[in-house]
Amino acid sequence: MPMNNNSFLARVWHLYYDGFRSMSLGKTLWAIILIKLFIIFIVLKLFFFPDFLKQHAGDDKAGYVATELTGRMAPDKSITK
Amino acid sequence: MLQNLFLSIDAATIDWSRAQFALTAIYHWLFVPLTLGLAVIMGIVETKYYRTKKAIDKGLLSDESAADFWRRAAKFWQKLFGVNFAMGVATGIILEFEFGTNWSNYSWFVGDIFGAPLAVEGIVAFFMESTFVAVMFFGWKKVSAGFHLASTWLTGLGATISAWWILVANAWMQYPVGCAFNPDTMRNEMVSFAEVALSPFAVSKFCHTVTSSWIIGAIFCVGVCCWYLLKKRHIKLAIESMKIGAMVGLVASLLALITGHKSAQDVAEVQPMKLAAMEALYRGGTDVGLTAVAWVNPFCQPDYTTEYEAPLKIEMPCALSFMATNDIHGYVPGIYDILKGYTTPDGKVEPSLDEKIARGKTAIAALADYRKAKAEGADEATLSTHLSQLTANMKYFGYGYIRDKADVVPFIPVNFWAFRIMVGMGCVFLLFFLVIVLIAYKIPFLTVFTRRLLATFGLLPETEADSYDMTALPAWHYWAAIALIPLAYIASESGWLVAEFGRQPWTIQDMLPTWAAVSDLQSGSVALTFFLFLILFTTMLAVEISILLKQIKKGPDEG
Repeated sequence: MPMNNNSFLARVWHLYYDGFRSMSLGKTLWAIILIKLFIIFIVLKLFFFPDFLKQHAGDDKAGYVATELTGRMAPDKSITK
Repeated sequence: MLQNLFLSIDAATIDWSRAQFALTAIYHWLFVPLTLGLAVIMGIVETKYYRTKKAIDKGLLSDESAADFWRRAAKFWQKLFGVNFAMGVATGIILEFEFGTNWSNYSWFVGDIFGAPLAVEGIVAFFMESTFVAVMFFGWKKVSAGFHLASTWLTGLGATISAWWILVANAWMQYPVGCAFNPDTMRNEMVSFAEVALSPFAVSKFCHTVTSSWIIGAIFCVGVCCWYLLKKRHIKLAIESMKIGAMVGLVASLLALITGHKSAQDVAEVQPMKLAAMEALYRGGTDVGLTAVAWVNPFCQPDYTTEYEAPLKIEMPCALSFMATNDIHGYVPGIYDILKGYTTPDGKVEPSLDEKIARGKTAIAALADYRKAKAEGADEATLSTHLSQLTANMKYFGYGYIRDKADVVPFIPVNFWAFRIMVGMGCVFLLFFLVIVLIAYKIPFLTVFTRRLLATFGLLPETEADSYDMTALPAWHYWAAIALIPLAYIASESGWLVAEFGRQPWTIQDMLPTWAAVSDLQSGSVALTFFLFLILFTTMLAVEISILLKQIKKGPDEG
């Protein structure tokens, strides 16, 4: 069914469609945003920022963190100043 | 400060992770304040357009070019806002990646406390900002002037609400409230969303952060205007925008002063060590003065245990007591007092560090015993004993990780000097905006008085003293205003240095120090991503500055 040009949805569509089409500086900014998102979500997240607990703790994340946190307690003989 | 950088693997991991987080946060904070500040400027400029247009429509004003001028001015400031907004998009998400990789113990321990505020922030940011930003940029000829104006203000409001939720998360780390630790899941669980979202620490932090961001927007606006006046271009836009920028800056500076005072009181109450480090206050007491200047070596930690106070100290009598407690005779503990424990004049007893460490160790041991007993199927009474021991000492849980008493004292020079840069620059900005408002608004008597005063001190040529002309000032006046832009960023980042360095070693105040929060990673991998970020961020910043300068040089679009 053809969309009525005066309907709310049609006006919203035209707002975005015409806006994106008539961008000048915006095109550069969008290109930068997309490159940035690619670097952040594809390069950095996938290759440099794995979920540490998922890799090392398996299903028992609470158990792993408990071992870490109780194991790192300072020894009884603390250095004093 | 970062003394572990080249030492053992574990220690280096902590410092590289801290350095990486600081780098990311500092970079992210280059964009956020300008977004929040320019949102106010562009909102006011468009409101001027709307009111002028309405006056013309009603026949109250005949000059139609006035509305056109304000429309072009609004579009110009929105364009600069858009560049900054686009460059800042998603830079904060990297901090969340770092939580999951470098700070996995912390991330798990924080539990769902961060989840709710960050989820709300994500939803608000996506829906509010993406909807109203689109209307603001694409809707000039598509929607009514009133709806467009509302969209412009709502864009700014959306960004400000986003900041609220991020600051709620940050405030919780500084003052953990509204939660309970669950030893079975090893997570802090939210017991009161209202307590977390409306924590007094979060409210103060939000108000101070947002008002100081408005200062950045105002300084940027005035700086850009001064550049146009220097180049004798877009004179009307420069003068009219400067008036708005200066007034926003003046109001924001006064508000930042008030909210800063409230923030200092919160810090005094829940993070006394941070306040003592900010002031290099080694021995506290009542009627404590605020240090105006003192010699604190910027590169080494002073010996706060043997020195009574920082050398060459000049102070404002009783001002620190007033700043911290609202009472000029109020008690403010120094670093030495906090380590030894103290009792305030109203009878509040703060335990010594030794006692806190002992209680922290009891809490951690009780946690280990509880989990072991539970795994072995122990009876309820045994579990309950361990649990009550844990609950009774949970407040000092993090102190069980303290190996050296010096570890609980933040690096004093950074806190001391960053605080002075922030406050000092804040005073300069207040004076700067006051002078601009007085000379730009042509207020009878006051404007001439201000100009004559400036001339008396040699800050204005005698020939210009009785003039109202903003375009014929000596060039160094305009350059000085432009130079304030980077100084405003330095002041703003200094504020964050105080907030974050001052709470060291705690990732969560009194609950989790950095060396317990960090993941068991190889320091080399963290160092690699640190330098990767350094290159990426520097490139992005260079691109942004280049685009912004190009758009400023281009000026407002014609027609």
